[in-house]
Amino acid sequence: MATDELRSLYQEIILDHNKNPRNFRQMPDADYVLEGYNPLCGDHYTIYLKMNGDVVADVSFEGAGCAISKASASVMSTVVKGKTKQHVHELFDRFHDLVTGKHTGNVSFEELGKLAAFAGVSEFPARVKCASLAWHTLRGALEQRKETVTTE
Amino acid sequence: MAVTAAIETKQLPKAFDVDAVRSEFPILETPVRGKRLVYLDNAATTQKPRVVIAALRRYYEEENANIHRGVHYLSERATDLYEKTREQIRRFIGAGDAREVVFVRGTTEGINLVAATFGRANVRAGDEVLITAMEHHSNIVPWQMLCEQVGAKLKVAPINDAGELLVDELSNLLNAKTKLLAITHVSNALGTVNPMKDVIAVAHSAGVPVVVDGAQAIPHQRIDVRELDCDFYTFSSHKMYGPTGIGVLYGKLDLLNAMPPYQGGGDMIKSVTFEGTIFNDIPYKFEAGTPNIADGIAFGAAVEYLSSLDWQALSIYEHGLLQYATERVKEIDGVRIIGTAREKAGVLSFVMEGVHPHDIGTILDQEGIAVRTGHHCAQPVMQRFGIPATVRASFGLYNTREEVDALVKSLQKVKEIFN
Ligand SMILES: Cc1ncc(COP(=O)(O)O)c(C=O)c1O
Repeated sequence: MATDELRSLYQEIILDHNKNPRNFRQMPDADYVLEGYNPLCGDHYTIYLKMNGDVVADVSFEGAGCAISKASASVMSTVVKGKTKQHVHELFDRFHDLVTGKHTGNVSFEELGKLAAFAGVSEFPARVKCASLAWHTLRGALEQRKETVTTE
Repeated sequence: MAVTAAIETKQLPKAFDVDAVRSEFPILETPVRGKRLVYLDNAATTQKPRVVIAALRRYYEEENANIHRGVHYLSERATDLYEKTREQIRRFIGAGDAREVVFVRGTTEGINLVAATFGRANVRAGDEVLITAMEHHSNIVPWQMLCEQVGAKLKVAPINDAGELLVDELSNLLNAKTKLLAITHVSNALGTVNPMKDVIAVAHSAGVPVVVDGAQAIPHQRIDVRELDCDFYTFSSHKMYGPTGIGVLYGKLDLLNAMPPYQGGGDMIKSVTFEGTIFNDIPYKFEAGTPNIADGIAFGAAVEYLSSLDWQALSIYEHGLLQYATERVKEIDGVRIIGTAREKAGVLSFVMEGVHPHDIGTILDQEGIAVRTGHHCAQPVMQRFGIPATVRASFGLYNTREEVDALVKSLQKVKEIFN
């Protein structure tokens, strides 16, 4: 049987989003399109972003990579819709603290919602980049960057 | 009949004693993540036997001095030990002259040295350098850089779906403009063993010299550079049970003599004035600066260790193990083996349907099983097979069938998690 660490890494929600990624599609009328690439393991995604003023109107993604990176992109796409830019940045900071083990407990898991499923990543330092690739790419898109975001 | 049978039995090689070998490698007894280490990442780097570790320690405790320059006792002793390694390597690879053994940092530097010296002297605008579709990045990029600098063209000999070199196609690519063939002996991503002797003969018949990347071949088979008739052969100590940071470029005497130096500095000169410099003789002409003395000497201990093994028995053992692993892994539902050449050594690369190699690597790691996942510094090979990455189990002389069983069991666990 799998170890506890593995169980907490490959949570049901992560396996589900890996198998059936949400918002996994092109977006022809996107305002911003940005690629994210992890040269170490080859994870490669394109993030599509549509804005309504300061609010995220729609997010989708395409690409391929490991379960952690794909599930993270998928879950992210479901939680940032309707949020302001500022709110997205805050979510990313919290998510980043969570997966790097800096989560202090000040932020409740409730606030993190589905993102809390990625808490197990902190036990696997080599996988932090997988979990945060889509987020880094989204942030790049929000900052209207054009060049591919890499995790190296 | 009975007599023949008796003779046949007698001629059976002695079995390879893997337990005895394992006991020489202290790290194999070190638990990782609370489990017994199953080290299947030997193509990345091998573990080190006691004699190598002891040689390193002894050097710093009892022998440390700079070489080729002091008249004092320790300097002379360190010089002797370092040069003894050169001679051990000469013998190990069947070279005719120890001056043909140039110390470098590893395979990567060996190839870069040839590109920067032989390449810069012989490859001109409009010329061609030929490589193959199964090369490691270190046998692609230096040639790309050279071609870019001088305006030459890089040509690539193709491979088939099994990962075998198409020798006829390679032969067709050789022409009057081809100045060099750079080719791996064994592919690190696929495990393919190239028919080196034939390929070299084909290249030579077209008048093309050959540099062989021997990084993955030398841990698995005895190399005889004179029998191969290669012009250059390069390999890394750390992939053959020696320390990191040292390796060898073998080159034919006349070629090395004709080549310009690599880097400038101490040791590679005979005399220096501000008006000009007289370069040292080979191999020192290519060995500027204080070399990696400690690792060089310990490399000698590794070569001595390897020389003491029964290579016929080892070869049969390693071949049997790879075959066993291939059969067992192939049985797992949804697994596809990447690299199914008839002649293979040491490497089992595969993908599993619906599960990314990176996730497999993490799950195996939790069981103490070390494999490599990714593109293995051979992105063009991945592109050729239309995959982003593979899981690679690579075997060394201390691996066992029990370890293969542990791998298979953990792969079943992967399937369980990702069902
Ligand atoms: C086939 C091959 N060539 C070259 C190299 C580069 O060797 P090193 O990193 O020791 O210079 C490697 C090792 O990864 C290899 O497998």
